[in-house]
Amino acid sequence: MSKIPLQFRHNGRDVAIFVDGGTNLLVALRELIGDMTPKFGCGQGGCGTCSVLIDGELHLSCLTLAETVAGRSVETLDGMKQGPNLHPLQRAFADNFAAQCGYCTPGMLMAAKALLDRNPSPSRDEVIEAISGNICRCTGYEPIINAILAAASGRVSA
Amino acid sequence: MTRHRGRGIASINYPIGMNLGGDPSQALVHSNPSGKFTVALSSIDLGQGMKSVTRQICAETLGVPVEDVYVDTADSDTGPHCMGSFASRGTHRVGNAVMAAAREARGVMMEAAAEELEVNAADLETDGRGNIHVKGAPHRSISTKDVAIAAQFKQGKTISGRGIFLVPLSEVNPETGEMSPATCYAHACLVAEVEVDDETGEVAMVRMDSAYELGRALNPRLVEQQLVGGAWMGVSHALYETPEPYYPEPVHGPRDFVEYLMPGPGDICPHDIAVLERPAPDGPFGAKGPGEMCANPVLPAIANAIFNAVGVRIDDLPITPEKVLRAIKAQGGTRPQARR
Repeated sequence: MSKIPLQFRHNGRDVAIFVDGGTNLLVALRELIGDMTPKFGCGQGGCGTCSVLIDGELHLSCLTLAETVAGRSVETLDGMKQGPNLHPLQRAFADNFAAQCGYCTPGMLMAAKALLDRNPSPSRDEVIEAISGNICRCTGYEPIINAILAAASGRVSA
Repeated sequence: MTRHRGRGIASINYPIGMNLGGDPSQALVHSNPSGKFTVALSSIDLGQGMKSVTRQICAETLGVPVEDVYVDTADSDTGPHCMGSFASRGTHRVGNAVMAAAREARGVMMEAAAEELEVNAADLETDGRGNIHVKGAPHRSISTKDVAIAAQFKQGKTISGRGIFLVPLSEVNPETGEMSPATCYAHACLVAEVEVDDETGEVAMVRMDSAYELGRALNPRLVEQQLVGGAWMGVSHALYETPEPYYPEPVHGPRDFVEYLMPGPGDICPHDIAVLERPAPDGPFGAKGPGEMCANPVLPAIANAIFNAVGVRIDDLPITPEKVLRAIKAQGGTRPQARR
């Protein structure tokens, strides 16, 4: 089967790759581009750890055909920090002990970023709604919810 | 349709570690020529905080800043033997091994410093900020970095230490069946409040209040994160998770995260936690460790709360809506118990 040429923006940088038909975006990001920040959890949209932003909207990369992002902008956790400076959400996660094993953290951070980008001061219920597609096995969610609320209100360490 | 509130309580007595042929863990500590220290372990930090806690224990024992200690874990090629991260044994067993190793390394470090300062090692103390000085004469001082350099390049000494902590196997007394499988116990009590829907059988968490006695909390924020997250896991085991819903029949088992149910962020409830610290005599700096005990009292407390709410006693986990409805039907309706 012939490969499909694919160009899109990956964390603000133009990338061009060849994918097999049917390749999902998660595989394209991890195996062809080498961005390991979106994680493989279930491969069928049940856990949220592969979440990325496509043109600013939250998507499950495991359920997104790679070829559908042609010409679009894909953001992953790898693009969140600016140089050595963590994004305020990342600092808030560290401050609030919102990660333990860390496997859900990339997806949680992307879901939180999608929320804060469109709603900078969400209520607690809006935060819960925003991360409801993401499973966390370790934290009991409470520290994650608190971290997102802290980032929204600027309560983060320097 | 009615939603019935109920409250249940459970108390537990939890042994730290286990007893299969004895329960040992080892640690090695050595200084680098920079004056920083490396702790070599094969123990694994799964996110529960063992790296942080062993780092603190090592720094405190050596008398150096916590920033000067690096913990290398999870590799049995480079770290000495550990039984593993389970049975709530990490802080207690591995912590004690690290403490023993750090104590031996500190002895060598003080000897090396004594040689440089031309005093007796017994007259020296650490300031916890990276310096060693003569007691009562802080100006007679040398940095741990300079001690490490002198030991390495001048004195030809390794500033290092070995540590093992072993709880020996407790044999069963054949006459009485008695044994002492653990040296140290943690304790907890938890009150769960639930709401049971008598039409759907669904159980919703309303709130939890708990008290945990776990020795000295070496890192209170890590203890809190374990207790908050562990209680969620308890709720999950009580109400949601199972690989075999019709055990022993293997039918209708979940195949993925869509079918293997776990509570989402919308299913959690307020949880007020009190941490009681009664230092353990044989724990590192008095610590026992929260460990598995975080989850354990939640399950019986929820089962009791469901009984209190609708009068059915379910002793099979998880307590699914199906089991609740069948039990209510078998009983001929709900029988809410007195609220206490």
